[in-house]
Amino acid sequence: MRLIARTLTALVLFGVALGLYLTRPAALPDGFFANGTADPQAGALVFAAAGCASCHVAPEVEGEGPPVLAGGLAFLSDFGTFYAPNISPDRTAGIGAWTLSDFARAVTLGVSPGGAHYYPAFPYASYQHMTSEDVVNLFAFIQTLPASATPSRPHAVGFPFNIRRGLGLWKLAFVPDGYVVGADTAVLERGRYLAEGLVHCAECHTARNAVGGLNRAAWMAGAPNPSGKGTIPNITPAALDWSASDLVEYFTSGFTPDYDSAGGQMVEVIENLSQLPRADREAIAAYVKALPAVP
Amino acid sequence: MRLFGLALTTLAATAVAFTALADGHSKALESAIQARKANMGVISYHTGLLGAMAKGDTPYDAAIATAAAENLASAASMNRMVLWLEGSAQGTMEGTRAKPEIWSDAAGFEEDAMALETATAAMVTAAGTDLDALRIAMAAVGTACGDCHKANRGPRN
Repeated sequence: MRLIARTLTALVLFGVALGLYLTRPAALPDGFFANGTADPQAGALVFAAAGCASCHVAPEVEGEGPPVLAGGLAFLSDFGTFYAPNISPDRTAGIGAWTLSDFARAVTLGVSPGGAHYYPAFPYASYQHMTSEDVVNLFAFIQTLPASATPSRPHAVGFPFNIRRGLGLWKLAFVPDGYVVGADTAVLERGRYLAEGLVHCAECHTARNAVGGLNRAAWMAGAPNPSGKGTIPNITPAALDWSASDLVEYFTSGFTPDYDSAGGQMVEVIENLSQLPRADREAIAAYVKALPAVP
Repeated sequence: MRLFGLALTTLAATAVAFTALADGHSKALESAIQARKANMGVISYHTGLLGAMAKGDTPYDAAIATAAAENLASAASMNRMVLWLEGSAQGTMEGTRAKPEIWSDAAGFEEDAMALETATAAMVTAAGTDLDALRIAMAAVGTACGDCHKANRGPRN
């Protein structure tokens, strides 16, 4: 009897230890910043490609001048409501007191400086691909933006999703290393880095399973709109017959091949993409044309 | 009894008159919607000519680009007072995606429409300059279209 009790205790302890081990927040790989000299101007392009402002600028604030990353935009989901945090350079309300490592770990691994997992409303599953050079430059650019003292609004997420440790398992299951689509030319590699990484197209264009993991088997094949209105289109060649030049024009001016203008969230995506060098938009177009067709 | 008959006739006549008036009014709104759509078609046709050059699908031709840009700028600067009649919003009328915000925030709509006038006026100069200028102007026209549609165009359904 005692033996059984001991075995059980040992098993439970082992289970807990295994659970803690599996859900532990990851650390940055060694040498992540090997060639890190900061260039804020290059960082501005990373900032645009990654679409940081689309979520982190306070809603209903539009205007001239540099973006104020005060946060506050709400993201409704089946798990609760997430609010984009303040990532302005304010030392208390924002990320002004963060080190470069804190920032890199947050962006590429979805782990806070205090070691807590972030919710995947923050697209770190895509940003995991970000090169250290781009992280360094992005961090430098964000430092140049205005600080805002507006405190971040806490997420409204109920049990059990409010246990952040559980997100460690989510990451294990749904954030595999590596890219989804093959790339055999330099242009396709660049396009893939942008589309699967910085621009995080799949976060909206790929459907999710019941617990929010992306369905990689139907990559970019469309999904319900989280806002509840309509669907986000399938952009694989099975459904989208736009030419590469149509796509580049769409990413540049927002015009569809019928010369209608882009709608919904793509308006903001295009505001961001139009700031990139033309070659980058051509690379994304090449990637989209090369996607495996998913009906 | 005769009084009652008279009252009834008057009532009926009034009702007919009101229906006719409402009908005429609704016809005017429908015509305005048709005209707006035609105007959008003119805008889209000329934007398409410029867009094909921006894409490299047709070769750049300064004369054609200028002609397209001039028509585009004309279409974009039509007097909005008689096109955007109050009461012709999506939800009230069929066949339109015009949001009620066009009238409830008239200043905002005017600002968005002026942005297109400015961008298309700049296109007239750019179109005759060279392909690079045309492409830059094209992005600005696209932004103006997109911003206005975002604020003032309702969902498709």
